[in-house]
Amino acid sequence: MTSTPGSAGRTDATMTPPPDTAPRTAAGTAARPRLLRFTPAERWVHRVTAVLMGLCVVSAACLYVPELAELVGRRALVVTVHTWSGILTPAPVLLGLASRAFRADLGRLNRFGPHDRRWLRAALRRDHRPESRPAGKFNAGQKLWAAYLAGAVLVMTGTGVLMWFTGLAPLVWRTSATFVHDWLALFLGLVLLGHIGKALADPEARRGMRTGRVDPRWAAREHPLWRPEGPRSPQGAEDTGHSGPAGEPRP
Amino acid sequence: MDHHSGDADPVEADADEDAVTDADRTGAPVGRRLVLGMLGLGAGAMAAAPWLQARLESGLAAVAEKDPTGVTGYLPNGGGFRYYSVTSSVPHKDAGNYRLTVDGLVDRPTSYRLDELRALPQARLVRDVQCVTGWRVRRTPFEGVRLADLLEAAGVRGEATAVRFTCFDGAYSESLTLGQARRADVLVALRMRDKPLAHAHGGPVRLYVAPMYFYKSAKWLSGITLTDGVRPGYWEDRGYDVDAWVGRSNGRDDDPTA
Repeated sequence: MTSTPGSAGRTDATMTPPPDTAPRTAAGTAARPRLLRFTPAERWVHRVTAVLMGLCVVSAACLYVPELAELVGRRALVVTVHTWSGILTPAPVLLGLASRAFRADLGRLNRFGPHDRRWLRAALRRDHRPESRPAGKFNAGQKLWAAYLAGAVLVMTGTGVLMWFTGLAPLVWRTSATFVHDWLALFLGLVLLGHIGKALADPEARRGMRTGRVDPRWAAREHPLWRPEGPRSPQGAEDTGHSGPAGEPRP
Repeated sequence: MDHHSGDADPVEADADEDAVTDADRTGAPVGRRLVLGMLGLGAGAMAAAPWLQARLESGLAAVAEKDPTGVTGYLPNGGGFRYYSVTSSVPHKDAGNYRLTVDGLVDRPTSYRLDELRALPQARLVRDVQCVTGWRVRRTPFEGVRLADLLEAAGVRGEATAVRFTCFDGAYSESLTLGQARRADVLVALRMRDKPLAHAHGGPVRLYVAPMYFYKSAKWLSGITLTDGVRPGYWEDRGYDVDAWVGRSNGRDDDPTA
């Protein structure tokens, strides 16, 4: 979704993008450079995590839902897929820590400011107006989701390991681990569906995760407090008023 | 790194400016607290699990009895049997094509049809079923021919010490020592819950070893072979105990089922 010449000028007048995201390119208003949202490293972390999580959920369903278990069978194979995809699920994030951009985004996900409180309050009131939903690079919902997912994956991995290596802990631990693993799986599945549903509802957000770049108008509407670092495009680099790339790997 | 590599630490150097320009660089580290909170909740749930599980199981069992939708069957510990198969698909057999062979170290190798098994004296047992993965189904009636009767009819030779079971799914196998196999609570089961054994439950014929974890009760039973030693079965090759007494094996302490 690139802006067409002509429409760009009008939008500039009606919307007020943050000052340093206003594009001043060689072509003037004719081209609107797309903003760098996710570096290749971050997109690969997301992609590999999604594949592993998908394998884990599908194999879990084949072990757990009677109809699927009956259809698929092959229990030893499905168990192998489940345990290995499960224990590897945290790996992409851990490897991603080597990327400065990824660490910076983890920092953003960690911090909750006053605007996040406003966003959450609006969300609870089902207030969808952009002006009542201030957000930086990540909105408060995304931050909560990230923290929930990180915690849940750690608990699932921990309880999974206790069930896998039966000699690790006394039996009562294993039974308890099974209990926690089963119930948290249910709640994890629900929020995963929510995550996928949100992505399906927002093509530009998906494009950001797929290509790394987003439409600045989308960014101004959905993430008005976000100040993208680094060059938004090669020709935009000189225009960046502030600190510059801060070590962000170039795409 | 690019031309910024000259800076001592770009992130530190920019911190003041970022505080002004990036709303997400300041604020309380709520994300970290939430992750730690989830870990704490997980540990707490582990500690409370024995108590919680008992409450939930009885609660869900009560709901499941009046649940016309069957949704409770999908909840953890919702009660009922779970379907486990080690192969991709299992052929369906009925009175027309089912055969159970008894061979190996016996005087009279035999092959039974389903109606021949039905014509033999039947025993009925009502015990709990305990799976090694944790689920338990209370007071489940099984009915069939005592394994001991079939062994007796085949004439076990002196050198036989164990019994191996094979299944028409093509992969599963189990075994018992001869002493275990001759117990009165070990059946070649034809009926479960007073109905003919359904395919999903291992029908038309399965083994039922009441005092042991349910993986010993091989589904889709098609062969009984007398051997001169115990040959570990399918899951036992993958780490399960061969002598699978409920509550005294596999590191578990469930209440015995027999």
